[in-house]
Amino acid sequence: MEHTYKFLLRIGDDSLILGQRLAELCGHGPILEEDIALTNISLDLIGQATNIYTYAAQLEGKGRDADALAFLRLEHQYLNAILVEQPNGNFADTLVRQFFFDVYRKLLFEHLLTSSDAQIAAIAEKSLKETRYHLKHSSEWVIRLGDGTELSKERAQFAILDLWRYTDELFYMDETEIQLANAGVIPNLKDLKPLWMEHVLSILNIATLKLPENQGFFGAGRQGRHSEYMGFLLAQLQYMQRVYPNMQW
Amino acid sequence: METQTQDKLAEKFQAKIDADIKIEPNDWMPDTYRKTLIRQISQHAHSEIVGMLPEGNWITRAPSLRRKAVLLAKVQDEAGHGLYLYSATETLGVSREDTIDDLHSGKVKYSSIFNYPTLTWADIGAIGWLVDGAAIMNQVALCRTSYGPYARAMVKICKEESFHQRQGYEIMTTLMNGTEAQREMAQDAMNRFWWPALMMFGPSDAESKHTEQSMRWRIKRHTNDELRQSFVDASVPQAELIGLKIPDPNLVWNEARGHYDFGAIDWEEFWQVVGGNGPCNKERIEARVKAKEEGEWVREAAMAYAKKHKS
Repeated sequence: MEHTYKFLLRIGDDSLILGQRLAELCGHGPILEEDIALTNISLDLIGQATNIYTYAAQLEGKGRDADALAFLRLEHQYLNAILVEQPNGNFADTLVRQFFFDVYRKLLFEHLLTSSDAQIAAIAEKSLKETRYHLKHSSEWVIRLGDGTELSKERAQFAILDLWRYTDELFYMDETEIQLANAGVIPNLKDLKPLWMEHVLSILNIATLKLPENQGFFGAGRQGRHSEYMGFLLAQLQYMQRVYPNMQW
Repeated sequence: METQTQDKLAEKFQAKIDADIKIEPNDWMPDTYRKTLIRQISQHAHSEIVGMLPEGNWITRAPSLRRKAVLLAKVQDEAGHGLYLYSATETLGVSREDTIDDLHSGKVKYSSIFNYPTLTWADIGAIGWLVDGAAIMNQVALCRTSYGPYARAMVKICKEESFHQRQGYEIMTTLMNGTEAQREMAQDAMNRFWWPALMMFGPSDAESKHTEQSMRWRIKRHTNDELRQSFVDASVPQAELIGLKIPDPNLVWNEARGHYDFGAIDWEEFWQVVGGNGPCNKERIEARVKAKEEGEWVREAAMAYAKKHKS
């Protein structure tokens, strides 16, 4: 139970934090259609976070609700991957971040469809439909930017080099994931990595973009150690709940 | 000879309008009718797009997951409205790009209400309830406007706006049922947004330079003052129901008229804000210009890609 709870926080926090990042862009997209698309993805992610936290809160059994989990934890208690808290940067940074994440999430949800935990399987089924659209959208943009102009290619390539180091953390496993994988609740995440790599490469090939040859990986977000960006993100996210505690909104 | 033909066409055109037959993009229309529509629809489109900014300002700080999701959905709806309306102006022969350039250069205005800042969460409630509420008064009438594409866009927009108005009122209701701090926040938002909301209907009929012709063409179906009165009559009982005070000492029910009488609008403030001197005029346009400039390389990339893979 404790492991399931922790795993739910890890994937729920991914949804919330990336949803929060994308929400910053609302009203500022490069074209109106993209404004709508990115806002819609943000909305889907906030919805996923709500479903995941609701189940996590129920498992925790301490009378907390989804909002308490979303808004009232301390920074080190958020367990999202470092990738999703990275700033939006330019449009290429935003879309490459999204693309790396979408490929991972699609694979994860596909494998969670057969989870021995029926509630997780149900959440995965609903989220997978949305994630397929997100992936289609981010893949198309990675291809367009890579195979567009010289400038867009340069920016997309730079975003890949910059964000690549955070991708391995998506497949992080400690005692929590090992136990859950053994119990058939989640897949072995290490098995997803080659599938992820294959999918990423297939799109980058079409986009005429490259992966870095030698670069280390970094990321301890899954253990609650975040980048310097995280505190500022949480300051906005938690503002109302911290300034006006214990109220109904 | 030519004048005669023009006169005939104009006569036929007005007869169609009088018979409540919709004018469609390929129909003959007087130049001034076309220009008036382009001005009105593009102003409306810009208002939707600029209107995303004050509300978007609170998405990252929304107080609960549900409120965050609803606000995201609402602002996304506004973007969608902007999209239909830009498409409606395109049916009149102007490109979206040119229309947007007119916004950025200040040639075409947007609703002045969006030049006021959103300072607290309650402002999101006040905007949904009062600003979208005022917009609906205008827009319901526009569902019967004489130009077909505009009327049809408005039907869809009205459905969504009435949902926005309800969610805004629900935010205010929740605040008024909450703590002292929440009630103060709600009343403060009411105090700041009430008068600008009344100004949204535009100058009084005596001062409105476009009203008469627009009524004859059935682009407008009610005058500014008629709509403003309907809005006051609808909003006062809603405010009273949840315990909000209307910041107008002269507001009183007039039994003989069957309407509320209300105090004089500060038209000096209205014209100042329209003229560019509101609290956020500069920020709003700068944000739109920045989005356009920073997005240029993205649009170029998409065009270059499309060109390469045309076949």
